[in-house]
Amino acid sequence: MYDVAIIGCGVIGAAAAYALSRYENKVVILEAENDVADCTTKANSAILHAGYDPAPGTKMARLNVRGVELAKEICAKLDVPYKQCGSLVLALSESELPHLQHLYENGTANGVPDMKILTKEETLAMEPNLSENVCGALWAPSAAIVSPWEYALAMTEVAVRNGVELRRSCRVEDAEAMADGGYRLTTTQGTVEARYVINAAGIWTEKVHCMVEPASFHITPTRGEYYLLDKSEGTRVNHVIFQCPNELGKGVLVSPTVHGNLIVGPDAVPVHGDDTSCTSKGLEFVKATAQRSVPSINFGESIRNFAGVRANLDVDDFIIGEEPEAPGWIDLAGMKSPGLSAAPAVAEEAVGILKGHGALGAEKADYKDGRRHIRFKELSAEEKAKLVKEQPAYGRVICRCETITEGEILAALHSEVPATTIDGVKRRAGAGMGRCQGGFCGPRVLELISKELGMDPLDILQDKNGSNVLVSETKVGGKSNG
Amino acid sequence: MVDLVIIGGGPAGLAAACKAWESGLRDILILERDKELGGILNQCIHNGFGLHRFGEQLTGPEYAGRFIDMLKNTGVKVQLDTMVLEVTPDKKVHCVSKTEGYQIIEAKSIVLGMGCRERTRGAIGTPGTRPAGVYTAGAAQRYVNMEGYMVGKRVLILGSGDIGLIMARRMTLEGAKVLACVEVMPYSGGLTRNIVQCLNDFNIPLYLSHTIVDIQGKERVEKAIVAEIGPDRKPIPGTEMEFDVDTILLSVGLIPENELTKQAGIEMDPRTKGAVVYENMETSIPGVFACGNVVQVHDLVDFVSGESELAGVAAAKYVQNGPVQEGRVLAVKPGKDLGYTLPQRIRVEGVEKSTNVSFRVRRICGKSTILVKSGDQVIAKFKRERLAPGEMEHIALPRVLLDKAPVDELTIEIEEA
Repeated sequence: MYDVAIIGCGVIGAAAAYALSRYENKVVILEAENDVADCTTKANSAILHAGYDPAPGTKMARLNVRGVELAKEICAKLDVPYKQCGSLVLALSESELPHLQHLYENGTANGVPDMKILTKEETLAMEPNLSENVCGALWAPSAAIVSPWEYALAMTEVAVRNGVELRRSCRVEDAEAMADGGYRLTTTQGTVEARYVINAAGIWTEKVHCMVEPASFHITPTRGEYYLLDKSEGTRVNHVIFQCPNELGKGVLVSPTVHGNLIVGPDAVPVHGDDTSCTSKGLEFVKATAQRSVPSINFGESIRNFAGVRANLDVDDFIIGEEPEAPGWIDLAGMKSPGLSAAPAVAEEAVGILKGHGALGAEKADYKDGRRHIRFKELSAEEKAKLVKEQPAYGRVICRCETITEGEILAALHSEVPATTIDGVKRRAGAGMGRCQGGFCGPRVLELISKELGMDPLDILQDKNGSNVLVSETKVGGKSNG
Repeated sequence: MVDLVIIGGGPAGLAAACKAWESGLRDILILERDKELGGILNQCIHNGFGLHRFGEQLTGPEYAGRFIDMLKNTGVKVQLDTMVLEVTPDKKVHCVSKTEGYQIIEAKSIVLGMGCRERTRGAIGTPGTRPAGVYTAGAAQRYVNMEGYMVGKRVLILGSGDIGLIMARRMTLEGAKVLACVEVMPYSGGLTRNIVQCLNDFNIPLYLSHTIVDIQGKERVEKAIVAEIGPDRKPIPGTEMEFDVDTILLSVGLIPENELTKQAGIEMDPRTKGAVVYENMETSIPGVFACGNVVQVHDLVDFVSGESELAGVAAAKYVQNGPVQEGRVLAVKPGKDLGYTLPQRIRVEGVEKSTNVSFRVRRICGKSTILVKSGDQVIAKFKRERLAPGEMEHIALPRVLLDKAPVDELTIEIEEA
């Protein structure tokens, strides 16, 4: 019997696990996919919003502002790529100026620090590549960019190090309340019993909730398509650039990423389930809309299109709390934007609920927080020399576009939440994230996975279960046969 | 201080090294990122290499082997499994390897021979899901030819570049079913001989002016939807064809790999996506040369070797005699119907008898005359029966003609009969 079972290990589940790992409780995370951060968390805008969007008084407003504060500390402590670059909401016509004022007032009410409304000249001085049509902007310096999957991974790693159990490829298929309290969860890996359940299943939170009680909320998975551009476009803008919502929709953002690329998107289209396909219509919309803010983006430098689904809700707030008809069942649902921004604050809420039940153990005396991640390319020449001398595996570059070394890939394969797939290595070490998209390093990463984890190359996956890279040996046969 | 550091031990680096040695340089170092010399030739196990160079058909590894054998008779030093991380404008080469650690090598001259990489799905924005089973043709070639694994059973090739065509045949010979090759342009991007030998001979249809409009399948590719492209370059509704495939191989262009070049501050040509070079393959930094696919994407390795030998000789001369006298410089410009020219600049004093200019046309031209103009004056004419974007053209401009150019600019254009 576990004290707490967390369903889902996206950024919300990971933050909850990280927060709970401080206490003397027996916690398990049940993740349906074969890796953490493998759904909404890996495919979004990677923005920590300042918090001027949500209506004052909502949970969303409070947790957004609190969340970005906490994120800054956590990213520093856990060595997660993070940059507080600030954001600009552009008014692209005079008629949009009142909206900036509205956001400013919202932000003030929500406690967003240091906002300012800028003139056209001030805006263009900060971002010379913006459209000449810009009439002004709302500047919010507390907005930041982050690597969302590394954020979730880092929190999961620390949680696992401190005793939280992580089960991957463990899909919850049914749940029932037990007679003397707690829940029995039927999973693809057998039964799990827990006194408390945290439902952090992302776009599937409604479905999971309905396993115990009819849900009072409704989730509409909403897909957003993106362009990711090469680093050659990475400084086209230096802040997160938003647009005001208008008759065409909410507008799309243009932003640098913490990895040095440029991200452009998303649109918003309701879909069924986790339909993350890209469409020519969606991509054209994103491109055309982005060019309203930044006309000079060179889309010829695109290295990848992707789409993510967010858990849009029928109400304009997060659903955070205990299901009245199911004591001990805690939903963390509707984590659309600013879900990533709010994650650690949402986790605090969950911890608060458990505390209210007196379910929280004592704080662990031997808690081991913190995390260091070696990124070879970010080191100075002297540091590189020293590292390679001590650990020669860091002297062999596997991914040439991103300068990712064998040492970093080995670290990913033997980390506290080890990578087992090619994309798992990509999310942890960055190999394959660059302009050739794994064309060169893919076979080499596959070879390292095979060697280090003792796997048959034919069993190695690109990403999810079933995504095998290779289908058979050739007539001559694989390398393993000599 | 090393006389010459060559970055890349593929066909470009090998030819440059051999020739620089032959020209009298004795302190030459090749830095190769892979575990063996030969570059991409090692995975090109088909034949067809060396017809121009050696007058016989060789496989890729055999072709590389010829140069590696030549190299063995020299004192050229080779450091394998070594990645160059940075080249500074003052010719310091930062590199790293497991065995030698982090090195900073000062060079008197440098030859850049890093080759090229393949364009990816992201660059062309093919819609659909993102399952396993979509590979660049070169990556698939490595899995099949070097690692011994098949990447799929039912294959569609997107793009008619040479590697895609070669892989259509290779996958067929390995027992896979290649359903079609789909090319967005109205003409093929590859060599005619590859269309004949790799598609026609195996009854693999080539759909020109077609592209993939949707990729389906969640974990692994299940289907590709192909449609015809109209004159507005958009898919024509109603022309969709469904292909049940588990694999899509992309052969949609090659991009010279010039991150080191750009980082060094070397002037680039947006047309070639390579360095701007003079007649001797020298870049905007004196003593730094570029050759092979890093400077322009070639169809035939034979021409990579020739171009790289030019760079090897020039690097040796630079070390032995110092920089080329600047003198009169002619800018070479692509005129009507040309995608680019290489070199982009000719120092007339640097040309002994004649200098070679390579270029590609942007559309298929029938019987044509290549005109070399300087101002309004045509200074040279070359006849061709046919010109195609998939086949690089070469012309030789004699020094005497260059001397007669009335203005400091040469424009090359096509006059179709």
